[in-house]
Order: sequence, then structure tokens, then C-alpha cells
Amino acid sequence: MIDEVNPVSEPSEAEDGPLRLSRRGALECMVWAGTGILWTLSGGVPKSLGLIGDALAAEASAFTFLQISDSHIGFNKPANPDALGTLREAIGKVKELVVKTRPAFMIHTGDITHLSKPDEFDNADQIIGEAKLKVHYVPGEHDVIDEGLGKAYLARYGKGTMGAGWYSFDDHGVHFIGLVNVVDLKAGGLGRLGADQLAWLADDLKDKSSSTPIVVFAHIPLWTVYAQWGWGTDDGLQALNLLKRFGSVTVLNGHIHQIVQKVEGNMTFHTARSTCFPQPAPGTAPAPGPMTVPADQLRSMLGIASVEVRIGDKPLAITDTTLAG
Amino acid sequence: MAKPLSDSVVARGFRAILAAAVVLASTAPPVLAVDAQVKIANFTFDPPTLTVKAGTTVTWINADDIPHLVSEKDGKFRSSALDTNDKFSQTFSIAGTVEYFCAIHPHMTGRIVVTP
Repeated sequence: MIDEVNPVSEPSEAEDGPLRLSRRGALECMVWAGTGILWTLSGGVPKSLGLIGDALAAEASAFTFLQISDSHIGFNKPANPDALGTLREAIGKVKELVVKTRPAFMIHTGDITHLSKPDEFDNADQIIGEAKLKVHYVPGEHDVIDEGLGKAYLARYGKGTMGAGWYSFDDHGVHFIGLVNVVDLKAGGLGRLGADQLAWLADDLKDKSSSTPIVVFAHIPLWTVYAQWGWGTDDGLQALNLLKRFGSVTVLNGHIHQIVQKVEGNMTFHTARSTCFPQPAPGTAPAPGPMTVPADQLRSMLGIASVEVRIGDKPLAITDTTLAG
Repeated sequence: MAKPLSDSVVARGFRAILAAAVVLASTAPPVLAVDAQVKIANFTFDPPTLTVKAGTTVTWINADDIPHLVSEKDGKFRSSALDTNDKFSQTFSIAGTVEYFCAIHPHMTGRIVVTP
């Protein structure tokens, strides 16, 4: 189980202790928590706090935000006949965190809907809105398959964004960048950002100090998790190269409905669980489609994430929490 | 780890194969252009290369639990999003090779070879 959910190799060198997010630490955190991600980000490389309780005990000055992903509202197949129900449960977890840690906002890393239908967006908005948090979205490929190939998404979430819906904003000294890698895809390829978005990104970063903590989020992983299943972004490396000079870069993705994490230099990569259905670990099934598990196990494979940012020299931490707890 | 695919998906795929076999077996004479089918299952086009005579209408049927979107590689034709069991048909009247892919899972590619 552990190896299956964490197939990407990590740097092999024994690293600088306190800032290093150990594979074992991350996994213990997952196993313990089973539903969300709690990130603490502060000026350095991420570190898992291990238990959500540790995160809750963090100083009041901590800056926290949440991540949910892949709600797939409209999905009704055997892997989860009640996508609305599990999203509602996930938002229930979010509400608990809103009380306990007062997160500044939430990001949704795409596949809000299953088929980009208006009622699917409506239902998702209604339930997610119950969290009463500002939500920053990026689209998944399932959100841009309306007749207008993304017009429906942009009409709802595109205000103030560029192109297909990319944007950046600053909060508590952290620069957040939402990227879109699910439109205008090319035959035989993977996810794609495109020249326009990369040019925008270069321009967006050019005046930023290298000491500015960066959080970049997009639907499909920006690094290659498993090309055979399309789990990567063709020109993701170009984006990562633009981010190399920054001291702390955190890359948050969705799409693969499971947690995969790695640390490479000053960059930490993390993918979130879905709130709807799990997908198989890379290469363990004929295809990356929905994985049907016994009903009593489903909620242990769905979840939300919480990210904590502390100003100073404390490292970032991530905690994942499942819906099962 | 649980089985990656539900039985229903496998069963549906199998039924689709049977249906295709019945269509092919009952079509005569073989020299005429016959309508043809490409099944989309397990994130692949089956068959990946289909050879048809000019004038043939090819129908794609999605047997996956995830939508797919059939698109010529440069967008010369494009289906709407095909949910489970949805179909899309395109008639090929000019000889040549047509490359296509799934516009939302672009690693999925296929080819229609149209003979005169």
C-alpha cells in the first residue's frame, strides 16, 4: 500500500534533517490521518507536522489554507454513486478546520464537476459555499468539456484571470500561482500550459524576490508522475525552471486521486486525494479510471488537505486527512 | 488493494465486443463499405488502427466510467464529451490516414486508415 501510493522516487541523499520531509514521515502522517493535507509553509522546505494535532497546536500566528480536489460532481458510477454526499462530508471536515485553525482560504485543484454541466457546477458551488471560505479554483479537464470548451468554467470562476483561467495573488507574504494545464491539449501529449501561459508566468515572477515563498497549484501534476497514464505536464519543466531560483516552492496538484509526494531541492510536490473516488496507483491496473473499493473502505481513500504557513524559519508542513475519521 | 475495475465495466466491455462481433458477422457482402466501430475502454481506442473503405461511418462508443472526447489531431472533427455508453459517429469519405486522440486524455491516440 505504502509503496503503491508513493511511487515517485525521492532524493536519495541523506538530507539536512529538520527541513527534510521524510518519506516515512509523510506516510505515517497519511496513515494516521487517513483525510486531508495540512501544510505548514514558512520560508523553507516543507515538513510534515505528522499529526494534525501538532498543527492545531501551532502558534496562533500561523497562516493556514486548505486544498480540496477532484470532487467530480455528476459522477454516479459504482466507484462512488454519491459524489455530492462525499463532497458534503469533505466540506464538513473543512468546517471543522475553519473553527480550529481559521484557514485564510481554500484552493480547489480542479475536476469540480464530472461533465462541465451547469447543474453540476451549481451543486458543487452550493456545497463548497457552505464552508464560507474564499475559494481559488483552477480547472480540471472535466471542467472544460462543455460545448464552449471551458467557457462555462470561465463564466463562473474566471473573473480576474488570464487566458484559460490562470492567475496569481499574494497572501501573508506568499505568492500563489494558479495554472491551467488542461486545455488545448495535443495528440500524444500530456497536460499542457502553452507558450502564452509560460510567458505570463515569467513576467509574473520577474519582479519577485527569490526569498518569496511560492505556492503553485494546477490540476494535472506539473511533474511527470506516470506518463503512460498521462500523469504529467509536457511543458511543466519550463514552469519549474522559472521557479528554480526561489528558496521555497510548493507545487500542489490533483488529478490522480491519491497522494504522491516528493522533494527535489527547494521544491516540494504534493498531490491531493479526491473527494469522490480513488484511482489506482501508477501501473497497478490496466487503466487510470475510477477504482471501485468496498463501500466501507471508500472514505479512507478520499480526503481534504490543510496547509499551514508560518512566517519565520519554520518549515512548511502538510497533513492529509481522510473522510473516514 | 482492491480490484482496479468494477465487474460492471468489464461486463459492459465484453458485451460491447459481443455486439461488435454480431454486427460484423451479420454484415454481407464484405466487399461493400461496412459501418465500423471503435470501442473506448481502459483509456485506449480499440482497435488503435482501424482500416475502412471510403464512405464508411465509424462509430466510437465509450465503455469507460470516465468521459472521453474524440478529436481529429488538428480539430478537424471533434465529438462532444462522451459519457459512459455515449457514441459519436464520423463518416470518412476521402482516402488517407486520419490521426485522432482523446482531447482530454491526449496520451490516448488512434488512427483511421481510409482506403479508396
